[in-house]
Amino acid sequence: MKTNRIWSWLFVALAVLYFVLPLIGTLEFSMKMRRGTYSFDAYAAVLSDPRFQQTFTFSVLMALATIVVGVLLVVPTAYWVRLKLPQWRPFVEFITLLPLVIPPIVIVFGYIRLYNTSSWLPLTGSAMGTNILLMFGYVVLALPFMYRAVDTGLRAIDVRTMTEAAQSLGAGWVTILARIILPNVAVAVLSGAFLTFAIVIGEFVMAALLSRPAFGPYMQLLGANRAYEPAALAVIAFGITWLCMGLIQLVSRFSRIPNAGH
Amino acid sequence: MAFLELRDLQKDFGSVRVVRDFNLSVQPGEFVSFLGPSGCGKTTVLRMVAGFEEPTAGSITIGGRDVTHLRPNQRDIGMVFQAYALFPNMTVAQNVAFGLKVARVPKAEIDERVAEMLKLIKLPELADRYPYQLSGGQQQRVALARALAPRPKLLLLDEPLSALDAKVRVALREEIRQIQRDLGITTIFVTHDQEEALSMSDRIAVMHGGRADQIGSPFEIYNHPKTRFVASFVGTLNILKGSVTDPQTGTIDIDGNVIRLGRALAGKQLGEPIAIALRPEAASIANGDGREPLARGRITDVNFLGSVIRIRVELGENSISFDRFNSPNSPPPAQGEPCGVSFAVEDVLVLDD
Repeated sequence: MKTNRIWSWLFVALAVLYFVLPLIGTLEFSMKMRRGTYSFDAYAAVLSDPRFQQTFTFSVLMALATIVVGVLLVVPTAYWVRLKLPQWRPFVEFITLLPLVIPPIVIVFGYIRLYNTSSWLPLTGSAMGTNILLMFGYVVLALPFMYRAVDTGLRAIDVRTMTEAAQSLGAGWVTILARIILPNVAVAVLSGAFLTFAIVIGEFVMAALLSRPAFGPYMQLLGANRAYEPAALAVIAFGITWLCMGLIQLVSRFSRIPNAGH
Repeated sequence: MAFLELRDLQKDFGSVRVVRDFNLSVQPGEFVSFLGPSGCGKTTVLRMVAGFEEPTAGSITIGGRDVTHLRPNQRDIGMVFQAYALFPNMTVAQNVAFGLKVARVPKAEIDERVAEMLKLIKLPELADRYPYQLSGGQQQRVALARALAPRPKLLLLDEPLSALDAKVRVALREEIRQIQRDLGITTIFVTHDQEEALSMSDRIAVMHGGRADQIGSPFEIYNHPKTRFVASFVGTLNILKGSVTDPQTGTIDIDGNVIRLGRALAGKQLGEPIAIALRPEAASIANGDGREPLARGRITDVNFLGSVIRIRVELGENSISFDRFNSPNSPPPAQGEPCGVSFAVEDVLVLDD
């Protein structure tokens, strides 16, 4: 028993070192810009760079648009599959998992072939069109996370009975979705939204190949040309991701409905 | 004219016919129960009335309007579910107000109606609570108030008491019946509990195998069951098997006891097997009170249940159970004692299916 515990702690310690050491190294290096002393000069340089502000704002806006479109697509789909097409669930789950299997580079090449300037829908012909294309690409990338989060949320409530109760009270589909289903899966939707945010902020391949001024390509560009600033940027990006994860925990913990459904 | 008319309703799920030839007319203000075991089709009929299932054939008319193909939200019904189905994100008051908000009723009127409904269910102090803060009985009361708030034409209750404990169930069924009477709302109540159906209903439709075996008042259903299923499902029943000794005079033999029913047994032949049924309250121990014992046997079980004593008498192949009121001055009979059982032959039901 005691020996087992020692081994458990040893493996935990090794795992922590494996994850934390590179972060500590990056953090330490990012603070060494000024010779002989620790400072936040690299952070100041990054945060005052107008390209940082532009690309970060662009990615935040893309993330918000992705979340809105993702929620509008995923919530009604997951709800409908649970309510009317439960036999389709394995198929829909398989479809939503495809973005994890198909590399983003394949998806984005497919987009460029389908929506180039000589296609029937020339989205890449304008900046706005390309932004829309990128946003839909992000929706696809975030699909596995958003769908799973929402589906888990729906599992916690009695979707069928609640829908029927609302229908018997005169409600139509839009009212049911907006006032019954969405508020009851709000925590799940928020979890999905924070994951989507974290994915979009750090995404590189799609933004680079569609040539959009996103945060991911900026990080890569900075990494290729500077020494300390990329480390600072990496720490900032980690911070954003952790913040998102922390917010997921927070909204789950402070949910007003501890046992939705009954 | 009937308020709710169900005509030749039929429902198939794939190749399985779950409801067949179902006909029912419900008068305004009537309380009708669908009673039957699991899988008999009672909930499916209710769901067709609500609009959650489309009938394979037949028609549904509510208040003279054919609603067979209308969506649930167009039928002007209120429904209460077994699982309460309160909206967890809304307070009690918001739940009750939901149907009124959907109908775009002015806010002042909604507030007034919600207060009225909460008073009706005797929970005005819980208006700001969330469903998870309520007991099962309270949740079901709120569900009833929510269903009634928009003043529906028809109230549908789908086993609303099944998830509650016994004491709450009895209290709530009386409360539901009282509210239904006060409002005069036409109500369909689905249950598998015969006691609920007998105590609450104006009429009961006993369902079996997707059709209504018998539709009648609780008194008719209990005392004059038309089929063997109704007789055995509603109430407790002693079924005794024997043979016909004289079909003209209605004489039968049950384990060597000759019983003269005093009525001809149409369609029965001499020596043919026969099954008769007797309610427990129709039988008693023959104790020299002038009633002739009609059968003789031996007491095999005596269960003291407080206010009543349940006695089981073995006649031979058959046995018969009946209850006797407990009296402090009259001790229960001893197990193993021989005894006579008396009953009025008019109370004997001859089962023919």
